[in-house]
Amino acid sequence: MLTRILWVGLLAGLISGAFVALLQTVTTTPLILKAEVYETAETPAAHDHAAQKATTGDQDATPAHHHDAEAWQPEDGLQRTTVTMIATLATTIGFALMLTAAMVAAGETVTTKTALGWGVAAFFAINLAPALGLSPELPGSLAAALEDRQVWWIATVVATMVGLYLIARVDHWAAKAAGAVLIALPHIVGAPLPPDGETAVPAELAARFVAMSLGLAAIMWLSIGASVGYVWVRLSGGQASEARA
Amino acid sequence: MTTTTTTAKTGIDSRANVRLAALFAFALGGTLIFLTGFAGADVLHNAAHDTRHTMSFPCH
Repeated sequence: MLTRILWVGLLAGLISGAFVALLQTVTTTPLILKAEVYETAETPAAHDHAAQKATTGDQDATPAHHHDAEAWQPEDGLQRTTVTMIATLATTIGFALMLTAAMVAAGETVTTKTALGWGVAAFFAINLAPALGLSPELPGSLAAALEDRQVWWIATVVATMVGLYLIARVDHWAAKAAGAVLIALPHIVGAPLPPDGETAVPAELAARFVAMSLGLAAIMWLSIGASVGYVWVRLSGGQASEARA
Repeated sequence: MTTTTTTAKTGIDSRANVRLAALFAFALGGTLIFLTGFAGADVLHNAAHDTRHTMSFPCH
């Protein structure tokens, strides 16, 4: 069973990841590169937290990007594109493994159809729900402290996943009500907001990035769902089989 | 016939084993996501930078 889950995660992740990585190079990456021009122009000399603190006196506000001059960084061009593709493949393999494992743990029958359904749910939990509080950001955007945002992001994802599960799969009104509360809770608490102010990155560019990023995430989850279902059925000899079989 | 036999056999093969396998695979996937999306090391951050922004993982 473990071997099968690992194979399905790996193969489905590679299939969907190759597709997403290609789309990424023509959708979001060009916008990131454009934003970096503004970002660099904004803090030409020091370009790190220390300089930012010195000028704003605010440790939590980080409109600039932290680059340690010592750390390795891919060179723009082929190297950066290749490294980004590898990171994207690792991400889709990770997501495909988690999706397959979650379906198996829930005793779900894995088919292209059911895996697509789980993929849609994953899009809501992992991309759409956190985006309501923390918009997908271009480099150089104003943002609250990283750790606070990471904690809120993870809490929102987990609460939304559990909430959706309770609503979709537990047949009791109290479970469904608890699920709805769980989904709403992170937004009632509220995401860590960016400090007031403006950045050099044009709002129009940022808006296009938000739309592109969410659209790409939706496509990513549909392709992960479809390939998990397809590979699972293929590895089972062409028959839809119960995940626990 | 074959399917029935397999199901019956693996039914005994226990839900516990299957859950353990799922848990392991889930943790492995989670580790990959942590490395590409969350790890603080500069090298990992720089390598996954564009992907972190695209996937809207909190970055910087």
